[in-house]
Amino acid sequence: MMYPAPFRYHRPENLNAALQLLQRLGEDAKPLAGGQTLIPMLKMRVGDVTDLVDIGRLPDLDEIQLGESEARIGALATHARIAASSVAQRLPSVRDCAGGIADAQVRARGTIGGSISTGDPSTDWAPMLHTMAAIVEIQGPGGKREVAIDDFITDAYTTVLQTGELVTGVRIPLPPARSGGAYIGYKRSAPAYPTAAVGIQLTLDENDVCIAARCVLSAVASRPVTSAAADAALVGTRLTEEDLRAAGELIIADTNPPADVRGSADYKRSVLRGLFLQVGAKALQRAKGENIEGEHNYV
Amino acid sequence: MASVKLEINGETHTVADIAADTPLLWVLRDSLGLVGTKYGCGGGYCGACTVQLDGQAVRSCSVTAVAAQGKHITTIEGLANGDELHPLQQAWIELDVPQCGYCQAGQIMNAAALLESNPSPSDSDINRAMAGNICRCGCYVRIKQAIQQASSALAFNAMGVEGELS
Repeated sequence: MMYPAPFRYHRPENLNAALQLLQRLGEDAKPLAGGQTLIPMLKMRVGDVTDLVDIGRLPDLDEIQLGESEARIGALATHARIAASSVAQRLPSVRDCAGGIADAQVRARGTIGGSISTGDPSTDWAPMLHTMAAIVEIQGPGGKREVAIDDFITDAYTTVLQTGELVTGVRIPLPPARSGGAYIGYKRSAPAYPTAAVGIQLTLDENDVCIAARCVLSAVASRPVTSAAADAALVGTRLTEEDLRAAGELIIADTNPPADVRGSADYKRSVLRGLFLQVGAKALQRAKGENIEGEHNYV
Repeated sequence: MASVKLEINGETHTVADIAADTPLLWVLRDSLGLVGTKYGCGGGYCGACTVQLDGQAVRSCSVTAVAAQGKHITTIEGLANGDELHPLQQAWIELDVPQCGYCQAGQIMNAAALLESNPSPSDSDINRAMAGNICRCGCYVRIKQAIQQASSALAFNAMGVEGELS
C-alpha cells in the first residue's frame, strides 16, 4: 500500500498533445487528473500501467457553465467546485452528488471526468447523470464525439472510450419547471464507497401528477441499474409512498447485488428499498418547489 | 527522475532526483524532514497525511509532488504565526484533544481549511467536513469541541476582543 508500481510520467502542455501522447503510448498509459481513484489503484497494483499522462493542469477543461437550456461541466472540475457552483444551486441532485462524494480531501482533488471515465461500479456521478439524461463529450485524435451517459459505461471499469480518447466534459439538459431530483448513497463512512445508492428525477404536471421519471440504482451491479418499467410505473401517479414502493420493487427485485464486506444481497436490497422511498420523497418535495438539503446517509 | 520546486509554508524548496511519481508526503517527510505530516494508511482512507494546497485540504499520499508545484503548500509546521499558535492548536492544547496523537496533524490541517471557508461551522458542518479524518483513539468528541472553541476564538479575535475564553 505504500508505493505505487514504477511508471513513466508525462505532462503534456495542451489537450492535443495529451491526446497524441495517449494514442502513441497505447492502453498501458493512463490519464491522471485528480488522482483520487487512480493513485490508490496504482498503489494496490491494479492493472499494468506503464505510463501516466498528467492532464490535471490542461487549460480550459475545468469550466462550469449554467446556460439557458443546459449546464456544462468541464471534465477537470473538482467535486468541491461543482458542489459550490451555480449548477449545484440550480440542480439539487448535482449538489447531493458532488457534496456527498467521499470526504473533503477527495472532493478537493477528484474530478467529474475522472469519476465517470474510471467506470467504477460504485462511483456516484455516472448514475446521478443518468437521472438528468446527460451527454458525455469525448475528444480523441480523430476529433470530437458525444455519447449519452447511459451508453458510456458498458461494464465494470469499462467505458466506450477508445485508446487515446479523453472525456472533456458533460452536458446536462436543464429539467423543466416542476421537476426535482435527489441522489443519496448509503455509506459505512465518508471515504468508503456506498453500500448502495439511489437517484430519482421526477417531473410533475400542474395537478401534481407525475409526467416523467428517471430512476437509477448504483453500487449494486457492474454498472448503474436503470429500468424503463419502473420509470413508466411512476408516470400517471401522484407519487404516494405506495406508488414509490411499487416502482421501487420493479427495479430492485431484479437486481442481484454482489455479497461482499458491505453486506449480503438481501441486506443491500433492503437498503435499496429504504433509499428508494427516501430519495423519491425528497425528489417529490423538490419538484414541488421546496428547497431542501439532502446528503448521503451513514450507517 | 525529476526535480521539483515546491512552495511550502512560504519558503521555496527545490528537491532534485525524485521519481516523477513520488507522492508529496514522501517529499515532505523524507526529502525535507517535515515530519509533522504523518503516514497513516498510504491508501487514501485515513486523512493522517492531510496538508493544504492553496488552502484546500488534500491527502499528501494521493497527490504527486509534481502536481503540487506552483501551489501554496501548508503543513502543520507552517500553521502557527511565528510563536503565536493557530487558534486550533491553542484549543487542542487547552482541551487535551489527542490521546496517541498520530492523526492530529491531519485533523488540524483539515479543520483549519474548514474554518477558512466556514468560520462558524455547525455540528453537522464539522461532521461532514471532518469525515475524511479517522482517529483510532476515538477522540472525535474533543476534536469537535476544539474546532468549536477555535471558531469562537477566531470570532473574538475578529471583533478585537482581548482576553481568556471560558
